[in-house]
Amino acid sequence: MSFTCFPPGKHAGPSVPATAGLRSRLLPVVVGLLVMLGFAACAAGTPYEAGVAPAPVGEIDRLVFARLAEQNLTPAEVCSDAVFVRRVYLDVIGTLPTAIETRDFLQDRNPNKRRLLVDRLLERDEFADYWAMKWSDLLRIKAEFPVNLWPNAAQAYHRWVHDALRSNMPYSQFARDLLTASGSNFENPPVNFYRATQNKTPAGIAQTVALTFMGMRAENWPSNRLAGMSVFFANVGFKATGEWKEEIVYFAPASTNVGALNGEPRTATFPDGTTVQLSPDRDPRAVFADWLVTARNPWFAQNYVNRVWSWLLGRGIIQEPDDVRPDNPPSNPKLLAYLEQEFAASGFNVKALFRQILNSQTYQLAAIPRSRSPAAAANFAGYPLRRLEAEVLIDALDQLTGGTESYTSEIPEPFTFIPDNQRSIALPDGSVSSPFLEMFGRSPRDTGREGERNNRITASQKLWLLNSSQMQQKLENSRMVKFQTQPDKTPADIVANLYLGILSRFPTPQEADLAKAYFAKGDMSRHRATVDLAWALMNTTEFLYHH
Amino acid sequence: MTPCSALEKLRPRISRREAVRRMLLAAGGLALSEHLSFHAYAVPANARAKAVIQIWMWGGPSHLDTFDPKPDAGQEYTGSLKAIETIVPGTRIVELLPLTAKLADKYSIIRSMTHGNNGHETASYIVQTGRQPGGRVVYPCAGAVTSLFRGYDAGYKGLIPPYVVLTEPQGRFDEAGFLGSRFRPFATGGNPAQTPFAVEGVVAPGITTQHQHERRELLHQLDTLAQDLPADPQIVAATQAENMAYDMILGDGAKVFDLSEEKPEVRDRYGRTKFGQSCLVARRLIERGIPYVTINYPGWDTHKENFQVMRRQLPEMDKGYATLLQDLSERGLLDSTIVWWGGEFGRTPKVMWEAPWNGGRNHWGKVFSAVVAGGGFKGGQVVGASDARGEEVKDRPVYPADLIGSIYTLLGIDGTAKLPNPEGLDTRVLPTADEGVKMAGQLKEIMPS
Repeated sequence: MSFTCFPPGKHAGPSVPATAGLRSRLLPVVVGLLVMLGFAACAAGTPYEAGVAPAPVGEIDRLVFARLAEQNLTPAEVCSDAVFVRRVYLDVIGTLPTAIETRDFLQDRNPNKRRLLVDRLLERDEFADYWAMKWSDLLRIKAEFPVNLWPNAAQAYHRWVHDALRSNMPYSQFARDLLTASGSNFENPPVNFYRATQNKTPAGIAQTVALTFMGMRAENWPSNRLAGMSVFFANVGFKATGEWKEEIVYFAPASTNVGALNGEPRTATFPDGTTVQLSPDRDPRAVFADWLVTARNPWFAQNYVNRVWSWLLGRGIIQEPDDVRPDNPPSNPKLLAYLEQEFAASGFNVKALFRQILNSQTYQLAAIPRSRSPAAAANFAGYPLRRLEAEVLIDALDQLTGGTESYTSEIPEPFTFIPDNQRSIALPDGSVSSPFLEMFGRSPRDTGREGERNNRITASQKLWLLNSSQMQQKLENSRMVKFQTQPDKTPADIVANLYLGILSRFPTPQEADLAKAYFAKGDMSRHRATVDLAWALMNTTEFLYHH
Repeated sequence: MTPCSALEKLRPRISRREAVRRMLLAAGGLALSEHLSFHAYAVPANARAKAVIQIWMWGGPSHLDTFDPKPDAGQEYTGSLKAIETIVPGTRIVELLPLTAKLADKYSIIRSMTHGNNGHETASYIVQTGRQPGGRVVYPCAGAVTSLFRGYDAGYKGLIPPYVVLTEPQGRFDEAGFLGSRFRPFATGGNPAQTPFAVEGVVAPGITTQHQHERRELLHQLDTLAQDLPADPQIVAATQAENMAYDMILGDGAKVFDLSEEKPEVRDRYGRTKFGQSCLVARRLIERGIPYVTINYPGWDTHKENFQVMRRQLPEMDKGYATLLQDLSERGLLDSTIVWWGGEFGRTPKVMWEAPWNGGRNHWGKVFSAVVAGGGFKGGQVVGASDARGEEVKDRPVYPADLIGSIYTLLGIDGTAKLPNPEGLDTRVLPTADEGVKMAGQLKEIMPS
């Protein structure tokens, strides 16, 4: 049996061979069946809840629920399958599920289907696209001012990050490669870690390292602590080559602004206060990496698990995740310690960490809270709403409508070819942008702080979504609307299909009645009603937010 | 409870108009809460100018073929264009600007602008920020600085954002620099010479008011998650943003863009062109208190067939520009409004007659012209001079920071004031001595003493 809500397109995901004749005969029956299934799923109350209270399935849940119980807080219900499928696609691969993918998941009767879906998503190419985008914010991957990596170095650097994520490179190796790389910015991409630092003094580099791998803002440290760490980065040399814009990053023992390494032995101090004698035959960056990239280091694993937790659950156990300091304690110290241990014990296995969090009931709680208080939010009593990131939102709109974006760079980029179907989450270079991405708060990638990305809603964004010619044209010209307004479809079909494609669920009976009533209005054309319904669904909270 | 009434209850308790005033920023990503700020910046009582209209001659207009003609340099330099007298004795401009020539007592011509850079992007950055690129800091341009010191943080309460670009964004550099997206301009999109002027997001041609109401009601009926989470701060913020957006779409906030409120004769005087009507919109924005309006006027990058382009475009510019000066003057607004005309550089004085240029001119950053009027700038003067062929500065060089600094002085913006910097760097409105930026002094010769 084949059933598609949307014609297969370039973003349509795995396509199911469509048998048109069969489809048209079976469609009403199938829609009816699916609508019943959808209704059954939400009979408990809202379409967002599974109708059951959460029960711990692992240590994460035990620690979270114990902490909630201590404070007399009640966790939300478990989210419905429809919420889960949408949530996990958007959170893990930054991509809206297609109607087919959603339907297949909702119909699947395997009790382990959530776990199996998580496993599949972690292997999708979009997993690397989406997380390379996040890492590119932190690593400031941008060709132009003020980072000035240059287009082909930015592309090489992004590609390296992307491949590391796709191949599940251990996080310890990822960090070590970035910290210790030497060579050409074009040929050995991780050297761009140092080139993408605005302030290339030893102290400036130390601040970047502390922010990136320890989540600490070293500019607020006592000056001797920063000075002690800066010594490790005093021998980073940069030199040009005959190749246009090529730059070599290298260990320069004799070239330093704090005293040459080939003279007397020099002492450097790690951020934990222990000291080490540097010798001229070993790059101090490697000495620093040896200290940082271990299970014993108090910040390294902790910061990464806390960041991943905040990316998936909307806030860190230490919040903000890149503002770690003694007077900013974790909301659940046992939880943080547990995740840190597990991550180190796994050999810094990134996908295993994702899998562990995503399979917890804590992650799978509904967004409808049972306890409303700042403490409930800080202790993960429910899943918090967050507006979709700029790139994810425009990709979702284009996936549904078949539209495309045009991107521009601040200077012409001879090394950059951007195909029409370029997805925004896969853009390698922060200097390649569009007015939409700027308006919706894409990270400028200037400082590496997480807060540079701005996901807050503004009136200007609402004007764009509600009333811009771009939005209207995307809808009017969309294959989705053309497909849905074919004569064989009833308003009930159209409503069910648009809900499935846009909101990844079926309408409730009340919603279906309201939408059908819109089609039945006096002078309403089928085309206009379809466009308006798609417009309305794309402007709902459900569409615009992770929920 | 109907779905609609659930949403109605989310409306902010402050009046709708006040909410809109305080919060609507069509420009960048202004957060709602950030906007309830106190007035961090005061407008000094002695500020001469309240607003700036910047006519940005994108591409770099030929100085020889506009405000610095060289009739004695020979046809190799002047091409077919002649100079005409203005009403100011001794000051001549190109013959294609007869209306502008009659208003020469209202503006002063700077004929010795210089920065030496011939790249569009870099020169645009230099001219509009007064800075040299190459450091690691991206400075904001004059419009963003003005919207910092004269915008919402200084008591501006308008519905329209304080920095507006007609109609397309400049796009070649980040106008707001390190000040961030909150200070980016609102680019209207659309074309004011068409009816309606389809300001992007505000005026949607083909969607009637009734249709707007119908589909908004449908949206409210179907926004089930918002109904289930009425107290969620994200939803409260989204509802406020939506109300503000609809106040622009359906309320009177966008009336400033409705040129049907103007008499047809007035619209005709400006010229029924995109540029002419943009000038009219700029005047209307200034009347409503918007402190900085840029008219982004492309088409001056005349590598090929320079003279044909000038003959085609200058009459349109002449009509819009002269009418703007005259209209502002008649309405008593010119005294408090600076009108700054200019582009990123001038053009090669010696004409390239050969193919494929066929009478073209290349980029020329060594010397070019800018024109300033109003807001305290004296009229009828010429500042500085280029040499006999318009190739070098002959006397009184004027660097971009000198011109921008003079504009800030008239606006009452302290050139030594700190600009908020996200990295905590000490960044000032104007370059300090140790930044090594060339400056030759503000335009005292045409400013009130």
